Amino acid sequence: MTVPALSIRDMLVSFNGFRALDEVSLDIAEGESFGIVGESGSGKSTLLRAVAGLNRFDSGTLTVNGRSFTGHKRDHEFYRTVQMVFQDPYGSLHPRQTVDKLLLEPLAIHGFTDTETRIARALDEVGLGTGFRFRFSHQLSGGQRQRIAIARALIVEPKILLLDEPTSALDASIQAEILNLLEQARRDRGLTFVMVSHDLAVISHMCERLAVMKTGKVVEALDVAQLRSREFSTDYTRQLMVASEGFVREA
Amino acid sequence: MTPLLTVQNLKVSFPTRTGLIEAVRGVNFTLGKERLGIVGESGSGKSQTGRAIMGLTPGHAKITADTLSFGDTDLLTISKRERRSLRGKKIAMILQDPKYSLNPVMPIGRQIMETLQTHERLSNAETRARALAMLEAVQISDPERVFDLYPHEVSGGMGQRVMIAMMLVCGPELLIADEPTSALDVTVQLEVLGILDKLVSERGMGLIFISHDLRLVSSFCDRVLVMYAGRVVEELPASRLSEAQHPYTRGLLNCLPQINSDRHPLPVLERQAEWAL
Repeated sequence: MTVPALSIRDMLVSFNGFRALDEVSLDIAEGESFGIVGESGSGKSTLLRAVAGLNRFDSGTLTVNGRSFTGHKRDHEFYRTVQMVFQDPYGSLHPRQTVDKLLLEPLAIHGFTDTETRIARALDEVGLGTGFRFRFSHQLSGGQRQRIAIARALIVEPKILLLDEPTSALDASIQAEILNLLEQARRDRGLTFVMVSHDLAVISHMCERLAVMKTGKVVEALDVAQLRSREFSTDYTRQLMVASEGFVREA
Repeated sequence: MTPLLTVQNLKVSFPTRTGLIEAVRGVNFTLGKERLGIVGESGSGKSQTGRAIMGLTPGHAKITADTLSFGDTDLLTISKRERRSLRGKKIAMILQDPKYSLNPVMPIGRQIMETLQTHERLSNAETRARALAMLEAVQISDPERVFDLYPHEVSGGMGQRVMIAMMLVCGPELLIADEPTSALDVTVQLEVLGILDKLVSERGMGLIFISHDLRLVSSFCDRVLVMYAGRVVEELPASRLSEAQHPYTRGLLNCLPQINSDRHPLPVLERQAEWAL
């Protein structure tokens, strides 16, 4: 097997003694799209945040492209490789910055010089014209905000994108547009995705492999073909599957 | 026989600095003792329709209708006092997120008792007994314990069950559920829906189920109204959702990712200007 793009070994995150993430191990290959499903409190977001350095992990190892990281310290080089898109587009954009400023900041941090063309290109790529460039985030709809959040993540040309429920705050029709946009970006740039969602259907659409999490542990890892043919071993995965099929009235 | 609820040409509009925003633009339906689903995306006016029936529209909004009546009561002309006596007693509403819709500084049991005491003259002991029985009816296993808890001490699923208990304790004839399970985890969602379904059919209520989730609504309700830009664009029996005619309904169904099929890219909804006319 080739060296995985992202490798997590026995990662442990605890908050005041509560094990939010209980020795989780995952390997994600380069160019792969990997999904994580589970309900609230299962640790799926904590896992992404620990990878991104937004919260520290107590033990275990994290290797990204052959480089190891501990705690929550990450260097510039790391954020050139790994970027994150958050769930709530209403909360993840600075309310007092224009789109232009929002997109300029990552470029300035990473020392890009051709900011003008990059911002125009980034906006174009997420399907928003340059007309959106000097708007504030309150002047955008939820879907447009999420596009900006994606543009902000992609503008530094990362290799790995961490997606934390990128469409759960959006309407079904907007969700389809955003999922298509993400797939397109992944194809064009050969990105690696790690996508967290509570929606099994979204994960099965976007990812090749997935892990099911519950109470801080990975209870099952399987690929989408196995999911489609209902070849899962744990009862919890079956429950999630049933739940995703809608309400069934008891006779 | 008069239907439980008659809505004819209901319009709700909000005056703003930039002109009149018409949230609901002429909605018609009647409701008997059945489960009616209202589906639509954000901004389609589905919640405002529910709120207008409940009488929760903000004061500056304008509500007009040819008919808006609950049984024989005309909801447009009744006084605030009569409204209050209806609300909670005859018409009840379940809101989306129990984190925000329950009073954070009052124990759960007292909130349920408050509803009862507003509408019925009962002794304290009786009220308490009714509240406990209701908590049991929503399948809370240890009602005595939950009775004294504050909303932040229970989980989301439990909170929503408390909300259902509080709304059903007076035995309303009409229940409006505005996205009752959207804030819950998928597995808990079904549990709460199961409880709601059982109580609604046992007690013979009319239910208006408002949601953005077309599939969920069609599996839960008898009849579905699909709203777009303040109007009902399609009405159909829930069992025949797959035969939907309107391009919006079909587009909405079609753009959902499905576990069993592999479609890349997903079909997106092409909005047509004439849908909003």
